[in-house]
Amino acid sequence: MTAVESGVVGTPMVRKEDPKLLTGEGKYVDDIHAHGELWMGMVRSTMAHARITNVDTADAAAMPGVHAVYTGAQLQEMGLWIAPLPCAWVVTEDMVNPPHYPTAIDEVRHVGEIVAVVLAETRYGAADAAEQVVVDYEPLPAVASIEAARDGGATAHSDHSTNKAYHWPLVPDPEALDAAFANATHTIKAEFIQQRLIPAAMEPRGVLAIPSPHGGDVTLYSSTQVPHILKVMVAATTGIPEHKIRIVAPAVGGGFGAKLNVNPDELLAVTLANKLGRPVRWTETRSEAAFSTHQGRGQLQTIELASDADGKLMGCRVHVDADMGAYMMLITPGVPLLGSFLYTGVYAVPAFGFTCDGYFTNLTPTDAYRGAGRPEASYAIERAMDILALEVGVGPDEIRRRNYLGDGQPFENLETPGSLVFDSGNYGPNLDAALDMAKYSELRAEQQRRRDAGDTKQLGIGLCTYVEICGLAPSRALGGLNYGAGGWEHGMVRFLPTGMVEVVSGSTPHGQGHETSWSMIVADKLGIDPAQVTVLHSDTAISPLGLDTYGSRSLAVGGVAIAMACDKVVEKARLIAAHQMEANPDDLEFAGGSFTVKGSPDKTMPIQAVAFGAFTAHDLPDGMEPNLQEQVTYDPANFVFPFGTHVAVVEVDTVTGETNLTDYIAIDDCGNQINPLIVEGQVHGGIVQGVAQALWEEAAYDADGNCKNPSFLDYLVPSPAEVPSIVTGFTTTPSTTNPLGVKGVGEAGTIGSAAAVINAVCDALSPYGVTDIEMPATPRRVWKTIQEAQS
Amino acid sequence: MIPASFDYVEADSAAAAIAALAQHGDEAKLLAGGHSLIPLMKFRLAAPSVLVDIGRISDLSYINDGGDHVAIGALTRHRAVETSDMLASEAPLLKHVASQVGDPSVRHRGTIGGSLAHGDPASDLPAALLALNGSMVAQGPNGERVIPAREFFTGFLETALAADEMLTEIRIPKAAGAGWSYQKFNRRAQDWAIVGVAAVHNGSTGVALVNMGATPIVANSVESALAGGASIADAAAVAADGTEPPEDLNADAEYRSHLARVLVERALTEAQS
Repeated sequence: MTAVESGVVGTPMVRKEDPKLLTGEGKYVDDIHAHGELWMGMVRSTMAHARITNVDTADAAAMPGVHAVYTGAQLQEMGLWIAPLPCAWVVTEDMVNPPHYPTAIDEVRHVGEIVAVVLAETRYGAADAAEQVVVDYEPLPAVASIEAARDGGATAHSDHSTNKAYHWPLVPDPEALDAAFANATHTIKAEFIQQRLIPAAMEPRGVLAIPSPHGGDVTLYSSTQVPHILKVMVAATTGIPEHKIRIVAPAVGGGFGAKLNVNPDELLAVTLANKLGRPVRWTETRSEAAFSTHQGRGQLQTIELASDADGKLMGCRVHVDADMGAYMMLITPGVPLLGSFLYTGVYAVPAFGFTCDGYFTNLTPTDAYRGAGRPEASYAIERAMDILALEVGVGPDEIRRRNYLGDGQPFENLETPGSLVFDSGNYGPNLDAALDMAKYSELRAEQQRRRDAGDTKQLGIGLCTYVEICGLAPSRALGGLNYGAGGWEHGMVRFLPTGMVEVVSGSTPHGQGHETSWSMIVADKLGIDPAQVTVLHSDTAISPLGLDTYGSRSLAVGGVAIAMACDKVVEKARLIAAHQMEANPDDLEFAGGSFTVKGSPDKTMPIQAVAFGAFTAHDLPDGMEPNLQEQVTYDPANFVFPFGTHVAVVEVDTVTGETNLTDYIAIDDCGNQINPLIVEGQVHGGIVQGVAQALWEEAAYDADGNCKNPSFLDYLVPSPAEVPSIVTGFTTTPSTTNPLGVKGVGEAGTIGSAAAVINAVCDALSPYGVTDIEMPATPRRVWKTIQEAQS
Repeated sequence: MIPASFDYVEADSAAAAIAALAQHGDEAKLLAGGHSLIPLMKFRLAAPSVLVDIGRISDLSYINDGGDHVAIGALTRHRAVETSDMLASEAPLLKHVASQVGDPSVRHRGTIGGSLAHGDPASDLPAALLALNGSMVAQGPNGERVIPAREFFTGFLETALAADEMLTEIRIPKAAGAGWSYQKFNRRAQDWAIVGVAAVHNGSTGVALVNMGATPIVANSVESALAGGASIADAAAVAADGTEPPEDLNADAEYRSHLARVLVERALTEAQS
């Protein structure tokens, strides 16, 4: 197989899917309707932890337009499911995984857990009726934080004796680790809080289940990242035969991991639609989303570094306490472990140890959120490196340079302290490019000037060199981690009789631009125009094989599968063309969409003509199947490891505590790029999402487990007005793992940016004796931190 | 985010709106731009049984020269205030404050009368009216009356308007050449102020505070101190005296009081420069 080398690949082609999405032509779940549909209205728990003593549905059931009201206990008795909601990542053999049904039965364990379901003719009617259901609770002590869970004074599940769900160690050589710390000149220890975040995709989640009472089929439209996984899980939890289930993810308006799950509402819609013989739908409201969709992060981290006198790392020891929330969702327990391998970052660390304890709390379950474990890891090591730099007395750039894997030189397939083999890397030039573009020495001079002048607006400069692990994933590696599925991806490419091309993609877009990127790959591989390619996806009836989109895997796995399928198409076409041109296949050259006999430039055959010949099948080589259609299921041999250096510049008003992010420079390296426009968009969005964690976003809970900011009124998602024009640049270190040389870029920005921003804030405040600040660095928190450091 | 059911009445004149209010009493709410009321209804924090839509009363949208004052129709949208040439010369503070409300879509829909009648202590425009010593014209079944801005905000989301009265006009004393400042402190451009300060210096100095109590408030301590000849720094130091600042995720009372002192100093410095 040859890499894509010329043509449209590598050019900033405008996205094909945008006109229909921007004009409202693209249909999201909420835009799709079915005759006779009923709306679900969820009665949600108002208590974080309580026994349900009574549910009175009489008034609600009597309201006009209400078709039915079911309590959790009634639904359980109806036998709608054969298994609880799935957790596909049982990280240890003794992991505690309490049964988690779509509705609470006799005990609620987080605010927002579904207690009863109303089915009504209209959405408004469902909301009105849900409000009339009266639930009596007998309160139980709520576990409203990781600290409380660890403390163990109360348990999140009344039938548990502890809140601990699992203990997971990755300590390759404990003695070497202890020795590293014993022999070190410098040691530092830091504790960080990864606050809970509420994912806020532009399109909330929603479902529409359409039954076929006589055929026995059911179609579920869901705003999901994972239609294929959902199909398997709907079968496994409801007992509906898998071949009777069709899942469609229509236009999906963002996911960020929050649509990578199997949710109560999805199972309720499918089973109630089948039960009632009518379509059943639901769209979460924005405030409901704070409870009905999983949250991100939720970790307490302790990181210790040991170094020699020059700041050369000798050891790194990490412990994480992770907040599972009330239940294990699809990959809840595995999220912190996805970061486990990256706590040594881009650095050569001889001795490494990581342990993680998972805890249940009476809060909304956590699960994947852009970066999933890796932003947390990157934050810890990159903050710790700055703290070590202060301890050693060198600059943040220098401490990094002294410790880069490969000594800052290009490398391939290098084994890391975290037991991984990085496919490629070249960190030194990446850092140089970032410092250069940021005009680093000028920034330092301006910072010094303000410090000397006692300016109330102090300048802070923050660095972060991140690496991430993505392109999930080699199936064997996932098996080794007890993950419940493989990591391959499927792609199919077929010529239609008229010379147009249909691509069937197993990976499913929810905003990434698959239709554009796949068209570009296919166009160059087959020598055709991208406009002649259509990409079919996100419907299990059209694209039956796939493992969907998460973990920055689409291009590095799914895109590679499609490129490989194109190669197979060309090879079959070569045999047909050779047969029809009466030439030896080895004598044919394929370029610009045509086969030409070497040395006879006038003997040529366009691939579309070959495709038509394959369709008519009038004159094919003996034994060859008609049609030009090939498929590939690609299982990567390794992950991919994109990296980059980000520089954040902040101005902190030391009087009010306000932080203003004035400049952001990002030099990323995601290997070869298919569409630089899409790459840049991913980098921008990713950076803002990480900056948001650093400065704005936090799901805040009171001691009773109530979320204090479940709407956009108080949960502050930044807008374009809050972020500077981001300066991007790229170095290119192709992956050695896949033939396209590509790496993922969907999560990279988020993985690099929170640490860069907080490093900058701490840098600005270092003259005031401030060494750390919790995220988000709100004005009040910055002001109070300065006050405390000064007193 | 799904409001409870309600009846909808469209009023084509102020008189019709007032008649509808008289008919439906406390159960009715006027709907102007809807940018305060509709969110409350979606959260089901407000559930009026009748909405009287006054958004199509075209003769209440104007910015006129009233002689010694500028007269602004209650249904004038923030965008019109923000772009008014007359206000630019006669009351630039108000023009500027209107530009700080929400985001462009809010400013193209929301109205000055709706914002003032809502009486939100965190809103920008009430503080401007207080600092400018403006007044409100209320129309009821028995005719018109003029309410000084400083007597208008009576409680949390409560005003001096009677249940059957409608705010029809806002009057701003002309003050060409006066010094002014609006200091809005928030975490995102589109948000309400965590604390805000409006100041007008025109011989005497008017100062009002945003989000430092249950209502939009005049900074009485500051005004008294200045009237007594205090320096800017000394006047700013008492900015939080006598206030009862709210507490929320953004700020506790201590931090709000600190911000009030800092922002008053910045506002006075700018207004008097």
